[in-house]
Amino acid sequence: MSTLHLRYFARLREQFGRDAEPLGIPAVPYTVGDVIDLLIARGGVWAEELGGPRVFRVAVDQEMATLDTAVHDGAELAIFPPVTGG
Amino acid sequence: MMEAACGTPPRIRVAVQYEDFDPGVEEACLHDDDHRIGGCGCFVGRVRADNGDDPLLALTLEHYPGMTEKALTALAGQAVTRWQLLGVTLIHRIGRLQPGERIVLVLTASAHRQAALTACEFLIDALKTDAPFWKCEERRRSKQWVDAKTSDANARSRWGQHD
Repeated sequence: MSTLHLRYFARLREQFGRDAEPLGIPAVPYTVGDVIDLLIARGGVWAEELGGPRVFRVAVDQEMATLDTAVHDGAELAIFPPVTGG
Repeated sequence: MMEAACGTPPRIRVAVQYEDFDPGVEEACLHDDDHRIGGCGCFVGRVRADNGDDPLLALTLEHYPGMTEKALTALAGQAVTRWQLLGVTLIHRIGRLQPGERIVLVLTASAHRQAALTACEFLIDALKTDAPFWKCEERRRSKQWVDAKTSDANARSRWGQHD
């Protein structure tokens, strides 16, 4: 088992009711897409936000990532809405 | 050791802060000891009031500590390389800001105006799509996260990717 440090920001932080949580994943090659599938399987607001047409972004270790990006034990994986600064 | 001015690296200053900033002070800091600089491009973004049925009371800016500073530093570095800038200052405020307050400062210094002005425009376009900030609008009857704008993505895409 490996552990990821998940972080959520802005609207997703409010929807999910938390700003961070640890997530255990199998100790095999694992991608951002696999993590998203795990979260969608929780159903409810998770499936609504991550499994439907709503757009979200992911960063791994504070670099923008795609669904194909590999994750490693101890990685920080952040999920957030498209950014709106400036 | 004394170092010739022509050997000093471009000055990059990035800050994410609750406090207001003074564009004049920042401009002076960027310029005063580097006489190779011929001009400075400057963009100051402020919270815009709107006058609908339920006018804006305030914006709250959230960000991703750590990633924000990295993203801003990376953008500043790209601009320095692409336009041979002599200095960049990027300051972005966070927290609750009322209409009229300053949010963001982009300063670009170069030998000639064209590079400074073009790089300044690039940086504010790129900052809006590449740096992890989020705005939440507070009104008397509602509170809502701002959706990303297609026009911002289009403004960013004309500059291409320079990673």
